[in-house]
Amino acid sequence: MKLHINTTINGEPAEFLCDGHETLVSALRNTLGLTGTKEGCSTGDCGACSVLLDGRLVPSCLVLAPEAHGRSITTIEGIASGDTLHPLQRVFLEDAALQCGVCTPGFIIAAKALLDANPNPTEAQARFWLAGNLCRCTGYDKIIRAVLDTAATMNEAAAV
Amino acid sequence: MSERTFEVVGTRPVRHDGVDKVTGRAAYGADANWPGMLHGALLRSPHAHARIVSIDTRAAAAAPGVKAVLIGADLPDTHATISLGEAAMDVRDMSHNLMARDKVVYHGQPVAAVAATTLDAAREALGRIVVQYEVLTPVLTVDEALAPGAPLLHDDLVTKGAAVGPKTGTNLAGRYEFKRGDVAAGFQEADTIVEREFRTATVHQGYIEPHACIARCGEDGRAVVWCSTQGPFVVRDATAAIAGLDAAHVKVIPSEIGGGFGGKIVVYLEPIAVALSRKAQRPVKMVMSRDEVFRATGPTSGTKVHVRIGARRDGTIVAARVSLWYEAGAFRGSPVGAGAMCALAPYTIPNFFIDAHDVVVNKPKVAAYRAPGSPMAMFAVESVIDEIARELKMDPIDLRLKNAAAEGDQAAYGPKFGPIGLRAVLDAAKRHPHWSAPVGPNQGRGFALGFWFNGGMNSAATITLGADGSAAVFTGNPDIGGTRAAQAMMVAEELGVDVDRVRPTVADTDTAGYTDVTGGSRVCFATGMAVIQAAQEVREELKRRAAKMWNVAPEQVTWERGRVLPPAGAKDAKSGADAQPLTVAQIAARMTHTGGPIVGRAALYAPMAGPGFGAHICDLEVDPETGRSRVVRYTALQDVGKAVHPSYVEGQIQGGAAQGIGWALNEEYVYNRDGVMENAGFLDYRMPVASDLPFIDTVIVEVPNPLHPYGVRGVGEVPIVPPLGAVANAMRSATGIRFTELPLSPPRVLEQIAGVDARREGRPGTVAVGA
Amino acid sequence: MIPGMAAIRYEAPATVADAVNLIQADPAARILAGGTDLLVQFRAGVRQPTAFVDVKRIPDLVDIAMDAGGLRLGAAACAAAIGEQAHVRRLWPGLAEAVHLIGSTQIQGRGTVGGNVCNASPAADTTCALIVNRAMCLIAGPSGERRVPVESFVTGPGRTVLAPGELLVALWIPRPAPRTADAYLRLIPRSEMDIAVAGAAVSVTLDPAGTCTAARVAIGAVAPTALLVPAAARALVGTTLDESALRAAADAAGAAARPIDDKRGTAAYRRTVVGVLTRRAAKIAAARAENRR
Repeated sequence: MKLHINTTINGEPAEFLCDGHETLVSALRNTLGLTGTKEGCSTGDCGACSVLLDGRLVPSCLVLAPEAHGRSITTIEGIASGDTLHPLQRVFLEDAALQCGVCTPGFIIAAKALLDANPNPTEAQARFWLAGNLCRCTGYDKIIRAVLDTAATMNEAAAV
Repeated sequence: MSERTFEVVGTRPVRHDGVDKVTGRAAYGADANWPGMLHGALLRSPHAHARIVSIDTRAAAAAPGVKAVLIGADLPDTHATISLGEAAMDVRDMSHNLMARDKVVYHGQPVAAVAATTLDAAREALGRIVVQYEVLTPVLTVDEALAPGAPLLHDDLVTKGAAVGPKTGTNLAGRYEFKRGDVAAGFQEADTIVEREFRTATVHQGYIEPHACIARCGEDGRAVVWCSTQGPFVVRDATAAIAGLDAAHVKVIPSEIGGGFGGKIVVYLEPIAVALSRKAQRPVKMVMSRDEVFRATGPTSGTKVHVRIGARRDGTIVAARVSLWYEAGAFRGSPVGAGAMCALAPYTIPNFFIDAHDVVVNKPKVAAYRAPGSPMAMFAVESVIDEIARELKMDPIDLRLKNAAAEGDQAAYGPKFGPIGLRAVLDAAKRHPHWSAPVGPNQGRGFALGFWFNGGMNSAATITLGADGSAAVFTGNPDIGGTRAAQAMMVAEELGVDVDRVRPTVADTDTAGYTDVTGGSRVCFATGMAVIQAAQEVREELKRRAAKMWNVAPEQVTWERGRVLPPAGAKDAKSGADAQPLTVAQIAARMTHTGGPIVGRAALYAPMAGPGFGAHICDLEVDPETGRSRVVRYTALQDVGKAVHPSYVEGQIQGGAAQGIGWALNEEYVYNRDGVMENAGFLDYRMPVASDLPFIDTVIVEVPNPLHPYGVRGVGEVPIVPPLGAVANAMRSATGIRFTELPLSPPRVLEQIAGVDARREGRPGTVAVGA
Repeated sequence: MIPGMAAIRYEAPATVADAVNLIQADPAARILAGGTDLLVQFRAGVRQPTAFVDVKRIPDLVDIAMDAGGLRLGAAACAAAIGEQAHVRRLWPGLAEAVHLIGSTQIQGRGTVGGNVCNASPAADTTCALIVNRAMCLIAGPSGERRVPVESFVTGPGRTVLAPGELLVALWIPRPAPRTADAYLRLIPRSEMDIAVAGAAVSVTLDPAGTCTAARVAIGAVAPTALLVPAAARALVGTTLDESALRAAADAAGAAARPIDDKRGTAAYRRTVVGVLTRRAAKIAAARAENRR
């Protein structure tokens, strides 16, 4: 029998039906149509399916969909506010920090979690925090720069 | 070529597809869901080599939710061949590769497919299929495959090319020779000769997006396929041939593509999805798991390469002998020919002999992987060149400069070089501060070159002008690395419109002119050239329209960036006032009255491309007690001809370098004796992660390619070539040991270091070069 | 292949007693903590539970509490939550290192120390660090609670002392003695995202003169279970942790190892490297103990 799940997604109440063994990434993508969260490995090793669960960075392929009941989820679709891109999204574009783009949603979610926890990361901190997000196109160079640039931008904005 | 100044080319605008990609809106292969769709799943062989005795699918067909079941016998036998661009594979092999007939030749090869209402139902049905196998002994390396009495993968395999032994009853699918001069006499002239044998492991392209497609096929045999591919036209032709449809009835819509690197040129799922859909008369979606991607999609060859090079005391290379054996996987067609042609490409060598062997083994059929074949061959050659520099006590860059090919030289692979940037790259490397920086404790520095031909071939482009003066450009190349942005920039450059007002689109196979694959570093070059020509056609039409608006002959008007100027004394035909220069937007606004819509189109075949050379400098730090190493500094220099969007050119170079570093240090397919891959996941197939790498410095060298109006050569392939040699040469510097087998994983390194420590007690392990 | 997927239940008990009842009633039900091992094994067809019993809604299993005696780590507290505890990082830096090495940031948002121990992988990063810190497993079951030292909890790859119906509720770690500190090191080919090829944890207690008065050494990924190596500890006790003592401890660790060849490393490599890691971890632990008042 399907489970009826009540949850909050990107600040909005949401409900869906799922099997007991279904993953959160499957519910997001296939049931709720939120295909911005990507599935690259299904074993928690690539980071493409990163979402925030009650504010904590998790791989949504290793979360069961029913675990979302009563909890709050943030996906890539909820990162921009209204028609304004999140600074990470803007700087990723300016710094050319994406190529094929399939890892990008996961990186932006993970980088947001980083900057939420540590607004001023060093290069090494950014690299280790993002070590669970695989990118095969960029060699990470421009991604790491974009994350550090975003931190600087946001800190400047906060100082004003 | 005269120095052209650019307005748009060389700038760094935000890519047009960018916002969709940072917001999650961009739709990739697995992101499409069609009403009423079924889910397809594949039953895969549990054996690396076996005869299929029988397949019983009755229980599966009767299982809940199952709407179609397919086995090899359901697909037509075909002997068609189609062009694959970078790689070559005949359709019969491709068909057997994606659905076995009477034999399985690698672990993970599909033997049956099911489409059902849910993925769970499809998978459960697979469990009800009964396959009886007669298990055979697998051959897993070129040595095993070529050993006398080795089990044969294909009884009907015939050696192509210059066979020296029997052409049948073998696993040798091809043998090719390349030669010049008198090798024996050449080696006689040598003062020093270095000879080594190298091995590289099977490695995967490692794109993050697994293969995925959705297809529907109607009662009339007309099919539509949405899929993640580098070559929509390849998918169309291959799907039609394998599924038994008329290609005229197949339309392929390329999705956004989450990486390919050559691995998304051949088809794996699409013909199956179409065939299942034809049976079920409902759309069928198929998405591979990562496990399936590793086990059954194109890795690139594991290799053995034997190199012998002789040089005079002054560094002049006088002779080379290279033998290459590349694993093709289970069907013929390794990139050994390209490897052979790249091996000596940077050098002018009077006497050489190369023989190249394409060998089938019980592993997945290899697919193109970024500069297919070149990295392994050049790893071997660049390692030997490094040894010669040591023997001669020459700076490694000086040795290469001494022998570097230049314009007018006949390339080792045949043609005469036009203007090439090899020397410019070497000079830039030598001047780069990295080359002269001190080397830290337990560190070593390595240097190596890379080469790729770059690609031309078929491309088409269409540009339509809006009444507001904006432009849409569409081509048939899926955009992996930013080619849409580059194409929009070319249109903006030619028409003088704001790049932000150009809309680049990847079109489907019913819309775009026939276009070869996104691969071979050909898109910015060949398709870019088509875009430029199409834009120039628009420009000519704009001039004709302006002339009409002024009642003058088209030859009398002149084009000046973004506008058309009237001849002296011309009057506006409508108002009679003195004619004023007209912008693109002003002309476009009147197009309804001056002849209708304005469209430019171009289609071309580029037989040649501008060869690309790169040089990488790598600093590696080695833990002498564990053999673990890490790259601490990395610089990549490359002649790209002309960088259209420098950010994405840098990105290509950095990404290629990272893949090559992974290949050199930790990536490898680990097989057990039964031919089963033991590390089919990102946890144990160790691609570099962000914390494994430093920033990768890039130096863009621009020696214009005369075959392209802007001088573009192409960029994507070259940068994966040098890292293998650069890392291995750095390891040699750091440890004093010449490693001849990749990857340089910690156990392999420690094994050698421990031996060296025993022999050379009390001596420092660090040898600095280039300092 | 995986029959009856739709029948697999999801249960989220609110109390330990409810969880125990669920797994007692259905021996094929599996405890779901972080899911970073279980869901991967499930997907691969290695485990086919009839139900997932999510224990993360049981406060006792997710709470992290510190008192004068020591630290109580709820078995289902995620690694990230543990790493955020400043007192954990201060008092057990080695344990904090081990916790921090469980997979990526994402995995740490899910993976738990309890799960790491219960999964019983020989390569589990936290097990060695827990052992050298004398951690106890608090187990609840149909017949009440019991305590088992971590080194006795795991009995083999994938096997533990948990009886049917039993549940690991928490780990309890006694507050370290003065001038005591730990360290954990592992060897992986990459800098992150790998399973340990070998690992070593060391805890040492120093007297004011710098002589080691107590030590514990545990090694991982070199035997069917993580091993407590008393011989390595004996090599350290009574010394000033000079180079020869460290080498003796390293040799003892290497001698105690019973490694295998597998896709992640050879037996010979593991034996050598586990000694190196033991020596280095002991050095780090000693420096930390020195700095602790």
